[in-house]
Amino acid sequence: MTTSEIQFDTPATPATEGPVLQVEDLHVSFPSEAGRVHAVRGLSYHVSPGEVLGIVGESGSGKSVSSLAVMGLLPSSARISGSIKFQGRELIGQNDAELSKIRGRRISMVFQDPLSALTPVYTVGDQIAEAILVHKKGAVSKAAANKRAVELLDLVGIPNAVERAKAFPHEFSGGMRQRAVIAMAIANDPDLIIADEPTTALDVTVQAQVLQLLETAQEVTGAGIVIITHDLGVVAGFADRLMVMYAGRAVEKGNVDEIYQQPRMPYTLGLLGSIPRLDVSEKQALVPIKGNPPSLTDLPPGCPFAPRCPMVVDACHTAEPPLVDVDGSAEHQAACIRTNEIAATDAEGAEAAVEIFGAEVADEPEVAKIPRDQRDIVLELDQLVKEYPVNKGVVFKRRVGTVHAVAGISFDIREGETLGLVGESGCGKTTTLMEILNLQKPMGGEISVLGTKSSDVDGKRRFAIRRDMSVVFQDPMASLDPRLTIHDCIAEPMQVHGYAKDEINRRVPELMRLVGLRPDQLSRYPGEFSGGQRQRIGIARALALEPKLVVLDEPVSALDVSIQAGVINLLEELKSKLGLAYLFVAHDLSVVRHIADRVAVMYLGKIIEIGEVDSVFDAPRHPYTQALLSAIPIPDPVKERQRERIILTGDLPSPANPPSGCRFRTRCFLHAQLPPEKQRQCIEVEPLREVQAEDHEAACHFAQIRQVL
Amino acid sequence: MTVILNEGDAAGTTGAASGSPVDAAPEPEKAMTRGRLVLIRFMRNKLALVGLVVIIGMYLMAFVGPLLSKWTYDQQDYAAFLEPPYADHIFGTDKIGTDMFALTMRGLQKSLIIGLLVALISTTIAAVVGAAAGYFLGVADKALMWVVDLLLVLPSFLIIAILSPWFRGKSWWLLVIMLAAFQWMITARIVRGMTLTLKEREFVKAAKFMGQPARKIIAKHIVPNMASLLIIDATINVGSAVLAETGLSFFGFGVQSPDVSLGTMIGLYAESATTFPWLFLFPAGFLVVFVLAVNWVGDGLRDALDPTSTRVRRKEKKTKEKAAA
Repeated sequence: MTTSEIQFDTPATPATEGPVLQVEDLHVSFPSEAGRVHAVRGLSYHVSPGEVLGIVGESGSGKSVSSLAVMGLLPSSARISGSIKFQGRELIGQNDAELSKIRGRRISMVFQDPLSALTPVYTVGDQIAEAILVHKKGAVSKAAANKRAVELLDLVGIPNAVERAKAFPHEFSGGMRQRAVIAMAIANDPDLIIADEPTTALDVTVQAQVLQLLETAQEVTGAGIVIITHDLGVVAGFADRLMVMYAGRAVEKGNVDEIYQQPRMPYTLGLLGSIPRLDVSEKQALVPIKGNPPSLTDLPPGCPFAPRCPMVVDACHTAEPPLVDVDGSAEHQAACIRTNEIAATDAEGAEAAVEIFGAEVADEPEVAKIPRDQRDIVLELDQLVKEYPVNKGVVFKRRVGTVHAVAGISFDIREGETLGLVGESGCGKTTTLMEILNLQKPMGGEISVLGTKSSDVDGKRRFAIRRDMSVVFQDPMASLDPRLTIHDCIAEPMQVHGYAKDEINRRVPELMRLVGLRPDQLSRYPGEFSGGQRQRIGIARALALEPKLVVLDEPVSALDVSIQAGVINLLEELKSKLGLAYLFVAHDLSVVRHIADRVAVMYLGKIIEIGEVDSVFDAPRHPYTQALLSAIPIPDPVKERQRERIILTGDLPSPANPPSGCRFRTRCFLHAQLPPEKQRQCIEVEPLREVQAEDHEAACHFAQIRQVL
Repeated sequence: MTVILNEGDAAGTTGAASGSPVDAAPEPEKAMTRGRLVLIRFMRNKLALVGLVVIIGMYLMAFVGPLLSKWTYDQQDYAAFLEPPYADHIFGTDKIGTDMFALTMRGLQKSLIIGLLVALISTTIAAVVGAAAGYFLGVADKALMWVVDLLLVLPSFLIIAILSPWFRGKSWWLLVIMLAAFQWMITARIVRGMTLTLKEREFVKAAKFMGQPARKIIAKHIVPNMASLLIIDATINVGSAVLAETGLSFFGFGVQSPDVSLGTMIGLYAESATTFPWLFLFPAGFLVVFVLAVNWVGDGLRDALDPTSTRVRRKEKKTKEKAAA
């Protein structure tokens, strides 16, 4: 970091004494069709120089709105009251021109979606240079600003920064774009950086890189950081203090360690208990928080969390509890009238949540008691290949290359079993799924569903197989036809497969109850349901034909954590009740660890490690698996700080031009440490899957166990 | 097409449902089918109902009215030339003594049929061709889009002029088909584009993976999701078909004298609009009311079909409040 020391002021000289940001009793409300939405209701917090404050909450809890208020970026229809003091200077009531002098220079922001945060028509270098020129006009020449932009890109770890500065945003991958946005945020050496869900849109390996980069940014600028997230795991190792928001208010705040170990508000408890843990091998009960966040238009009196709270008593409905000091320390505050009783429970953190919310672990399905090799094979892939041509030319299309999306993968799923398929985006997971679901003759290899090979089925047989295999998609918004009622959505597969009308009318309410929804809502449209409910409807539709295999394409990644737990519990319960087999595609390894029996790790169209879930997670053999696992944050600040993180360099290589030999070698930390003659083996010979332990295979020439959890 | 299809669909399913024995004792949790729900939502929209009543009323008037009148459209009253409306001729007479009421009703008959049919046929062709091209792609797409492009570049009036000797004296059906044939191409292109995006939506994939055949996917998922566009297109087409028919009639085929349509009447009497206003105002007034009513019905259908529309729902709340009070 020698360059950075030259570029930035020394962190030890804050402009003024005291906190960088002091928010007192902030209220924000918006007009809406249904009445005024009180998005933020009396929020107070402060950020000291060099401190990282994490703001955690579900979507709609007001966490983004409160930080947009700090930036002065709220629409003019918003009504703001209270006080926002930045370095002792009041920001509320300042006009846009005055705020613009502070914005981007003293306070900067990193947005969630790195694609829309950059202008597509200017080069990345120009955009960073613009951020400098806007604030230092006259003092900095254009050439100097451009030079500085390149230095910043270099600092945020973009290789070959001189060349890449001339690239347009669409030529950058998601992770690189977010780096560029961070480079822009630190360009003027700000005193406060607000990061709004900076890693939500990114892959886990990239998430680890970006978090580390934010840490670096904090070190070099000495700025206070406000990091907003819905994922308690992300902030555990990064934040110093934490504030949990619910319904526009802070419901708990304190030091990170205290909140994770002694949460004193049932909502925080629920949030902690709803996260599947990567580091827990035995079946852990997930805590679903029932219901949905309240509407912020007219809140009933009393605690806004009361309708969802397992500890609710009559007193909760009388008045909204204020934030009070708990455990006798002024640092830790919670807004609950029963904090003492929570403090009285012996269990800590997530265990207390399980105790209070009364979560249960679903039983093992009957069929799982039969040894695995005696169960029927539901789905088998044998050396499946899928390639796409890369064409060039408009009139005469000529083939200039091939994208090897799936390059010969094999696995099987047996009755009553869940196979988790994991990997970064672009590794071929979705292509594999689509190949399985399409049931056409594959380009190479073989797909067999329940013993029937897809290469020699006719239309009739294919139609029959569709009955035994169904799919749940990732996006609950897009997977239901907005113009069909829920009844018609769930009934559709049965209509296709010729069920009688009374049979359908009997089964649809039954399915609704099975997935935990009330059947009297059947004549509503999907748009009237929340994301979690829609995903349940999607599951009900998938179960309509009583399939043997359900293909789940990232079924919980679009949901809030508290809702996600409910859907995962439902999936587990259904599996044990109906003896289903799942093919569970996900990028979230903690969810996979929780739900899967076996796991297959994909990298660039190949399965590089496969096996029994505990064996793979506790003793990963392939360096990629180790890197993936180490990149997943654990919601435990103490553990998280002690963990050694393997940061993968760079992005996924293009599948049109995969590296020779071992496909992972370009990013492999193990490969980099090897002597040249061994390296040559990686470059020349493609490693095959070899048995490492019972039901555990890995494809690496130099496989060795490395504990990363 | 969608307009009628959905209405027909609604009627069909509700009819079937009420006829089946299982529904004899409706369970409280029994769900409504889409057709029934759309019908209920449509019925809530007062303006659309008014529009529907007006259209039905105009049909009745056009076909029953002349039977009640003592004049016919090809008869002349030599005792009354260019008379303003009075008891004997309630819409007045033209310069050769033809009863304007009989004439307007005759024109209305033609225009109602031509307007609605052309709109329905052209929108149907557009929906089917566009959705098929977008959904199947490949050869089907190439062939269909080639036809679309061809028809777009051909000067339609020139073709009709060349063909007009052959048309002379043939049935009005040919006119409807000719008019429809030159009105659907641009919509078909838009529909194709929308199909391309809809096709990638997960609910279409889900339907495909449950074994739903392609034609049903198009009918059940793709076309209803474009209903707003198609309905707007159809309502606009009603008006433009009536006007296009006027143009064609001017070229010497289509509706020929002594037979009339609203279009020919408007064309013929436009110059008398200020001097003998009844000649112009009656046919023009009927055309305006007709197009307006079609638009109301179209709006109502669109709101009924579109689940995100809050207009119908807000009314729901109001009625509930009323019920509570």
